[in-house]
Amino acid sequence: MDALTRRALGEMPFPSGWGDRLRWLGERQGGRVAAILVVGYAVYASLALGFTPARFWAGLTHGGVFLRRLFPPDFATRWSDIQYDMLESVEIAILASVLGIAVSLPMGLLGARNLMPAWITWPVRGIVSVCRSFHPVIVGIVFVKAIGFGPLAGVLTLAVASVGFIGKLFTEAVEEISLKQVEAVRATGASFSNVLIFGVLPQVSARFVGFSTYQLDSNLRNSTILGIVGAGGIGGTLFAAFQRFDYNIVCAIVIVIVGLIMVGEVVSEQIRKLFQ
Amino acid sequence: MNQVGTGITREWRRFTPRERAGRSAVYVATVLAVVVSIRSIEIIPEFLRDTPDQIADLFVRMWPVDWGFLVGAAVGTMIETIHIATLGTLTTLVLALPLGVLAARNIVTNPAVRFGAKLLLVASRSVNSLVWALFFVAVFGPGALAGTVAITFRSIGFVGKLLGEALEEAAPGPVEAMLAVGAPWPSVFLKGYWPQVKPAFYSILLLRWDINVRESSVLGLVGAGGIGLVLDSAINVFQWRAVAAVLVLILAVVLLAEVAVTWLRKRIM
Repeated sequence: MDALTRRALGEMPFPSGWGDRLRWLGERQGGRVAAILVVGYAVYASLALGFTPARFWAGLTHGGVFLRRLFPPDFATRWSDIQYDMLESVEIAILASVLGIAVSLPMGLLGARNLMPAWITWPVRGIVSVCRSFHPVIVGIVFVKAIGFGPLAGVLTLAVASVGFIGKLFTEAVEEISLKQVEAVRATGASFSNVLIFGVLPQVSARFVGFSTYQLDSNLRNSTILGIVGAGGIGGTLFAAFQRFDYNIVCAIVIVIVGLIMVGEVVSEQIRKLFQ
Repeated sequence: MNQVGTGITREWRRFTPRERAGRSAVYVATVLAVVVSIRSIEIIPEFLRDTPDQIADLFVRMWPVDWGFLVGAAVGTMIETIHIATLGTLTTLVLALPLGVLAARNIVTNPAVRFGAKLLLVASRSVNSLVWALFFVAVFGPGALAGTVAITFRSIGFVGKLLGEALEEAAPGPVEAMLAVGAPWPSVFLKGYWPQVKPAFYSILLLRWDINVRESSVLGLVGAGGIGLVLDSAINVFQWRAVAAVLVLILAVVLLAEVAVTWLRKRIM
């Protein structure tokens, strides 16, 4: 029986006083109150950021000019650069994924609370969540400053991002396994590594492959922007074209990136299906 | 007739030959890709060798963390960052809903409309938020407006795609019941589909907000507002102690956002 029915039956008094009124608002009007709060916040935040309709309209007219300058895309002028940098982006994504997957396999197992004692899981989970918290570009800046410009910084950056992502999801997958099979393997007197290989990993391998292909996809996307901070790949050429106002080249590069990402999405989808 | 023991030996295999061939092909392709990548990528061995030293040196220079810097410059822009992420997510709520509906196979029967909606969603997803930010800085000029619109444009594809998939998984029963009593289309959507996908939709939106908080922390690098600008300028003048303070602040906000989102999603689902 909800509050309104109880009130109608006389089991509960109708609201009187602010405490009751607030409770009534929360119980019966929760959605509406939330909507008003959200709209109020949106207005406040827009004012705080200095958005005005005038700026928006001015932007739209600029947008028209900008769109006209984007087309037609100019593939020819810097084609050899685009080709080389795109290849570099793909290579960064591949190497980073392999490195990240190799590191996150043990990290994921070490972070699982049903396999490891708390003094191991907590530090491991902490490291994984720090890896996940920073945007790859920030990690990229740090690596570029530490080890210099070039694709190596990009590979390490995306490897860190991969550990953050796969490490977490893999840990969760391992924590959800059925312990019956683990017990059965253990009952045969198997060593710990055999318990892992025959009891734990078969239950999570399909999901691990799934996470890994998602991460390959995501690394491919991110490897196209790391060049903005000097960590290799197509991003540097893209950023330079923006700064020189070569919008036709910008358009060409973005088209190539989008095409590559779509191909990557299809390929990783196929791999996932194969390993289901 | 008893078949047991007639000498028929049968080899049982878990996967079909095609599956096995496919998997082997993936393994071979992976190894090939890695070998080719290592050989052709430009990695300077000297850089690789002293990486640990350099990173250790960086951490030494970051200590002690310059907390005074936070109060002076970082907190204000951090609040701006959160505004960008939140406003961008709210705008996404308005724009992704219609696109998600148009992309759902069980709602829109016209394949051309569906294809158009899907194309828009894919295009939105395939361009990174930093690239969207570069575009909108060119359109709206530097500032938070460009960042907010960039976040919106990147999020539409994510939220719209997942919403479309949630709609496609909705049980047809309630919808058929509504149609059978001759309910008009808005009622069918509001009472047939929406209650089924509402928790998923808000949960997807919260997830995206969490991602947007992370992404808006770097938009400042291309001039689209938020804490990225402060971070970038501190790095450019090698104020590593200030950089450390900003990084700690970002880490704290991102972790808090993640905790908040996990808590809210548990309540919604």
